Amino acid sequence: MTKKVGTVLVKRGMAEMQKGGVIMDVVNAEQARIAEKAGAVAVMALERVPSDIRKAGGVARMADPTIVEEVMKAVSIPVMAKARIGHIVEARILEAMGVDYIDESEVLTPADEEYHILKSSFTVPFVCGCRDLGEAARRIGEGAAMLRTKGEPGTGNIVEAVRHMRKVNAQVRRVVAMNEDELMTEAKLLGAPYEILLQIKKNGRLPVVNFAAGGVATPADAALMMELGADGVFVGSGIFKSENPAAFAKAIVEATTNYKDYKLLAEISKNIGTPMTGLEMSSLTSADRMQDRGW
Amino acid sequence: MTTIGVLALQGAVREHARAIEKCGAKALEVKSADDLQKIDGLILPGGESTTMRRLIDTYDMMKPLKRFISVDKPVFGTCAGLILLARKIEGSDDNHIGMMDIVVQRNSYGRQVNSFETSLEIKDVADDFPGVFIRAPHIVSVEEDVEILCEHDGRIVMARQGCMLGCAFHPELTDDSRVMAYFAKMVRASILARIKR
Repeated sequence: MTKKVGTVLVKRGMAEMQKGGVIMDVVNAEQARIAEKAGAVAVMALERVPSDIRKAGGVARMADPTIVEEVMKAVSIPVMAKARIGHIVEARILEAMGVDYIDESEVLTPADEEYHILKSSFTVPFVCGCRDLGEAARRIGEGAAMLRTKGEPGTGNIVEAVRHMRKVNAQVRRVVAMNEDELMTEAKLLGAPYEILLQIKKNGRLPVVNFAAGGVATPADAALMMELGADGVFVGSGIFKSENPAAFAKAIVEATTNYKDYKLLAEISKNIGTPMTGLEMSSLTSADRMQDRGW
Repeated sequence: MTTIGVLALQGAVREHARAIEKCGAKALEVKSADDLQKIDGLILPGGESTTMRRLIDTYDMMKPLKRFISVDKPVFGTCAGLILLARKIEGSDDNHIGMMDIVVQRNSYGRQVNSFETSLEIKDVADDFPGVFIRAPHIVSVEEDVEILCEHDGRIVMARQGCMLGCAFHPELTDDSRVMAYFAKMVRASILARIKR
């Protein structure tokens, strides 16, 4: 019997299995084990969490393969890693190492200011950030098997992730309600591939899962994003920049599962220490805004 | 009407719910022990088995789940759900629900880049079922009263023991509802058996 690897179903299906879960940024094996023990569905192996990337400045690149390997050895849950936007070779290296998912990420400094990676040409699945449906549909068109909001990474401020989740969902609802003869013009206005919009209209939803990312700092933030229709949550700096990472990680996992149980959310949020320090959006210069990277 | 629940702590819940409804049964998301009272059969979906186990413990659902199965109510574990059911997990001293007399190996096909699609021959179900294997486990060995329903490349990927059904692949990700129809039939038969008793 023939086996087909890297099919659309296998790539998108992998992301479906992560639904309702939390994916945590980790920078070493010890953090990866804490994340797995807390109930993370996957970890994102990187050299620095976004808030440290912000502080360090300079060019942020793919993590040292040693770190990624160390994390892959430490846990049995899937391991993701980030490649720079348009950096085909970083992505190929991560694929060759057997990473389970690649994030073509605006958190790193883009390698290409015009084009993204043609993700359909890879066996490994990709996740990409989006701020609106046009961006979401272009990434799906390139072969992304999973989406996430961009938010504003490393700020601990949920406002941008909320903006992006609301925007995409409102635009999806609009497309679903449209007549088919209006779709081509909508595709032109959004800068979205027509075929993807047609799929959205037919199925009544995005063809891939859409997680929240970029600014989740507390259990209540995670629950808010689920309430707004996220399929799951990425937490970057929010866990290992908090006072008590193990407690925070566990609380965010539980909040994501039970986002509608407000009494439980109150219990979960007690005595878990101080969250990461947040940044006000107006304090960021345009060069600081990671979400504007990507085209 | 037959009601089939899907354990909704984490994983591919929506897909299973859609497949259940396609088979003419009612689907219910199971998030607590109370929800188990409302259903005739239960699906343990695909997802991350370690995550699901943690959440089962957090919400004190382990005992109620075992009780559900011990009164012969049908349960169907797919992928991570199969791991939850297994008596033994290779390389681990710990099991989860552990009521199905099988030994499973986790991630036995390798990492995500080795995930694949293939056509399967499943006893009493289909000879051309689309099998979607995602970081899939497989059944290493089974005890006597476990019936092997499907093998692929010399590995057991689907089996049944009384009211317990388990498979290593993801029928819910395809539009083919024949595997779900098989489980729905098990659920209906168990309702009839209970009425007769």
